[in-house]
Amino acid sequence: MAVLLLAEVNNGELALDATAKAVTAAKALGDVTVLCAGAHAAAAGEAAAKIDGVKKVLVAEGESLGHRLAESTADLIVSLAGDYDHIVAPATTDAKNVMPRVAALLDVMVISDVSGVVDADTFERPIYAGNAIQTVKSRDPKKVVTIRTSTFDAAGEQAAAPVETVAAPEASGLSEWVEDKVAESDRPELTSAKIVVSGGRGVGSEENFALIEKLADKLGAAVGASRAAVDSGYAPNDWQVGQTGKVVAPDLYVAVGISGAIQHLAGMKDSKIIVAINKDEEAPIFQVADFGLVADLFQAVPELTEKLG
Amino acid sequence: MKVLVPVKRVIDYNVKVRVKADGSGVDLANVKMSMNPFDEIAVEEAIRLKEAGKADEIVVVSIGVKQAQETLRTALAMGADRAILVVAADDVHQDIEPLAVAKILAKVVEEEQPGLVLAGKQAIDNDMNATGQMLSALLGWSQATFASKIDIEGDHALVTREVDGGLQTIKVKMPAVVTVDLRLNEPRYASLPNIMKAKKKPLDEKTAADYGVDLTPRLEVVKTDEPPARAAGIIVGSVDELVEKLKEAGAV
Repeated sequence: MAVLLLAEVNNGELALDATAKAVTAAKALGDVTVLCAGAHAAAAGEAAAKIDGVKKVLVAEGESLGHRLAESTADLIVSLAGDYDHIVAPATTDAKNVMPRVAALLDVMVISDVSGVVDADTFERPIYAGNAIQTVKSRDPKKVVTIRTSTFDAAGEQAAAPVETVAAPEASGLSEWVEDKVAESDRPELTSAKIVVSGGRGVGSEENFALIEKLADKLGAAVGASRAAVDSGYAPNDWQVGQTGKVVAPDLYVAVGISGAIQHLAGMKDSKIIVAINKDEEAPIFQVADFGLVADLFQAVPELTEKLG
Repeated sequence: MKVLVPVKRVIDYNVKVRVKADGSGVDLANVKMSMNPFDEIAVEEAIRLKEAGKADEIVVVSIGVKQAQETLRTALAMGADRAILVVAADDVHQDIEPLAVAKILAKVVEEEQPGLVLAGKQAIDNDMNATGQMLSALLGWSQATFASKIDIEGDHALVTREVDGGLQTIKVKMPAVVTVDLRLNEPRYASLPNIMKAKKKPLDEKTAADYGVDLTPRLEVVKTDEPPARAAGIIVGSVDELVEKLKEAGAV
């Protein structure tokens, strides 16, 4: 069995954590060939070649692949698909954009956000915001799969596998990139951080979010937010943890002023240790917390920040 | 420009789902059902385009059980002009896969010739996040997913997308399929007079067979389980105790 794995490449750089986690899932399916695509992807290809379990790397470089526009990226994957039984990618927003398009062009169903690989045809995936786990067996000749990275450990390192170049497709003419607004931050990336500190509606304002950020910085943590906090304008959307935001599973997740709606729990309940700080003792977040503190966050969070470390 | 908006009838987002004990699925009998929240945002955006003079007709379409009529009436009450119901299942527990839905929608697009398809980015039941992208592929159209801002400018649309690193703006050629994210708008409530008026708006009923689409699932559902439950935790009495527990657990 052969697997083609679309690496996560951002502006020429390999997102190692997400890609290496997807490799762990893909190794169970067969020999893994990693595809690095972008306007610049050679450096990403070199990095991907060193992920343990990767047999080969294909690098496709071209203007048409810049900014990972869905149409040309899907065309590239479809042009290579003939040699593979599985086409896999980490379930990032990029892959969620591209992979269903690939599946439809191949006339197969996409299997999104896979949290477990049972065998080459059978996969587990969360449905209903993670309130149920469905096991599905694909009848399609090719399987197009995105991997929920939070449930797999990253593959380690190896001596570099061979790297080959493949041609980029022509520009589709359907869409073009205009601009990116990327949040610059020195903090760890949310989906790969060991510790995440998240704030909810209880934080009360954008200014008050500084409390959350201070605690996060003390712990070397990433900052997250509930949908309620994002919708209220307290935090940017790329901090959102939940069913429609990012799914995280850090060693420690600290939920501050978050009530714990099922949509939020969907994004964090696989964390190893969960701490909840909320003044409402009835808040559902306490049902999933390992350590709950019923307290006013405006007192508890500065105190915690001071007493840690 | 005509705008086509697919809407799905799903379990209401406030309802706690129950997995059936025999592993056959999620219990949907006597459970409150509503329009998929992302689809509501798509309907709202279509109405705003019409109000801004950029769209002249809004057609909503739902594919599923007959009861999806109610979902379509909700969209009509919000302000859509007419509705198409494609009956494709008898049992409320039967979910039509995104690939089959996209194939039916492609046929509807062929008949209706819309200039834009606005869809929710994902349905909150199967969480697949696929139908819009698949439809776009089948039509050979441009696609813009996870939209938080849409500006139609002549034969192009500028769409700002919510992506992992922040926001990306792309320019897509029309006709396009755009899937919408949460921050695009806040859907309106239908007023009582509009709910009454919606009952008189046209609603065509079709079947999947009318479109010649094979609905045989590609994914066989082997079983549906409860997710593993977390072990019960403890309530600590103070910040000091919390710090102590975290140190004991090796978490900090």
